[in-house]
Amino acid sequence: MKREKDKWKRYKYMDAELFVRFVLFAVVALMLLPFIMLFTGSLMGEQELLETCGAVLADYEGETKFRLFPLYPTLRAYVRLLFDSPEYFTAFWNSVFQAVSVLLGQLAVAVPAAWAFARFRFPGKRILWILYILLMILPFQVTMVSGYLVLNGLHLMDTRAAVILPGIFSTLPVFILWKSFAGIPDEIIEAARIDGAGDLRIFFHVGIPLGMQGIFSFLILGFLEYWNTIEQPMTYLKSMPLWPLSLYLPQMVNTEIMTAFAASIVTLLPALLIFLAGQESLEQGILHAGKE
Amino acid sequence: MQKRRQKISRRRWIPTLQSRRKAAEEIPGWRKRESRNGCLFLLPSLIGTGGFVLFPFLDVVRRSFFKAAGSGFVGLENFRRVLDNGAFRLAVGNTVRFLAVCLPVLLTLSLLLAVLICRMKRVQRWIKTGVLLPMAVPAASVVVFFQMVFDRKGWLNEMLKFFGGTGKDWLMENTAFWVLTVCYVWKNLGYDIILWLAGLSGISKEQYDAAKVQGAGEWACFWYITLPQLKETAFVAGVLSFVNALRVFREAYLLAGDYPHKSIYMLQHLFNNWFVSLDIQKMTAAAVMLVIVTTGMLIFCERHWRNRNYEKRKR
Repeated sequence: MKREKDKWKRYKYMDAELFVRFVLFAVVALMLLPFIMLFTGSLMGEQELLETCGAVLADYEGETKFRLFPLYPTLRAYVRLLFDSPEYFTAFWNSVFQAVSVLLGQLAVAVPAAWAFARFRFPGKRILWILYILLMILPFQVTMVSGYLVLNGLHLMDTRAAVILPGIFSTLPVFILWKSFAGIPDEIIEAARIDGAGDLRIFFHVGIPLGMQGIFSFLILGFLEYWNTIEQPMTYLKSMPLWPLSLYLPQMVNTEIMTAFAASIVTLLPALLIFLAGQESLEQGILHAGKE
Repeated sequence: MQKRRQKISRRRWIPTLQSRRKAAEEIPGWRKRESRNGCLFLLPSLIGTGGFVLFPFLDVVRRSFFKAAGSGFVGLENFRRVLDNGAFRLAVGNTVRFLAVCLPVLLTLSLLLAVLICRMKRVQRWIKTGVLLPMAVPAASVVVFFQMVFDRKGWLNEMLKFFGGTGKDWLMENTAFWVLTVCYVWKNLGYDIILWLAGLSGISKEQYDAAKVQGAGEWACFWYITLPQLKETAFVAGVLSFVNALRVFREAYLLAGDYPHKSIYMLQHLFNNWFVSLDIQKMTAAAVMLVIVTTGMLIFCERHWRNRNYEKRKR
């Protein structure tokens, strides 16, 4: 009798577990749906695209159709994108150039700054720290005018530097790095100092190797951010050949339905690969950003 | 008396960090050297932020009190004009409304999912990857998908038609607000789940066992054990979600352009349009006001933080 009851209890428990699993599975599926649909779209031929999505993206009469798998899968869209769309590649390289140079600049600027905040005491530190936090949380639009005034004064408007230079001095990486530098035990630094290392030597030989985790997280978060940046190029770049992908792609989608999905997939591919390669560091970075 | 002396003699003197620091400070010029080198490390960053943001912002503050052309001092005239501006009021209202709706939605949803996820053992990593993935996606590439879903002839309407409902143009009506909320939640859900999971992993399992022994149900456990210990995490997640919410402009802009439906006309749209028409006066005044508001909020948070640390130390 008692065993029966136990058995029933176990079933009930298993049911709940199954239900939870089902819910989570559904959520993940919903989160992934955009990727799946973009991928499906990228494998369709022109006629099929017009039939399924033409009513929305082009002025095609008729209705949209929802298809999880293409009826006639083809790689034609990718081929066309590869061989027949020079503007897309210009934009792609613009994006790469922009993201890489911002990150290199941040490595040179934000890493020492974070080190200074984490390991030194100097007058005005508290106030500067609060200022840096403020700069981090202010939306771009607030500092847009002041940025414009400077860039205009330096005759840098509508050049690549207009996006890259302000990006280098963004204060977000300082925060992510700060946490990993502050976590280095004092004893190690003291030991290095007793062995006669100067501040610079300690920074390069102790700080950077031990803060590698933080540096990785900020590089990954930073890449995702600058691969995706829209506001800065939109305000500071007027000429189309300088536009990064994030700005050029929507334009392209509206004019060329054939490659719209393939172009979207190729755009998110670098970000996706970097994300999958560095998910652990990314999670660390998210957690560090929250702990002032 | 004797006992006490014994106690003292038994304790060896271990140099603590404080005492070592103090000893180091007695070396002449130590403190000076430390602050000098610290400033040198900070210098490149300081020059950049100073040159690109801080000093120009002082200029912005100055301009906000002056006329556009020439140098006529107008006092608070610019501020008054901005506050009287209908578009500004609409934008502020929308931004506040968006924050008030989407933050609670995102935080509760992500907390619930985090509580469910944290029981999973083997599949946890996969689920995490799945929910974090949207963070990596550039807004530009996913906007096509959202267009396909929410357009007048889009998939959502097709589905509604299939079930016998009637569709509408989701982006051109008040529903645009909810479309934007969905975009925001989709993008940031994983981010918040990671934060919650970290908070949840800090709660010891023994507490749940003890509560279960005393007959507490799942719900009671969650309400009386989990929630109270997640206060800190909640604060952090709230602040970060707030910062991320200000970035939703990207999606809004790409989905609906410069002049979207008036339910999602945000402050960012307004600034952008002022910038296009080079309405520098209004921009400077509005920027100054926003900075003041944000600083106020920051100081509030800072205080909260300090109190919390203080309480911790007391414990």
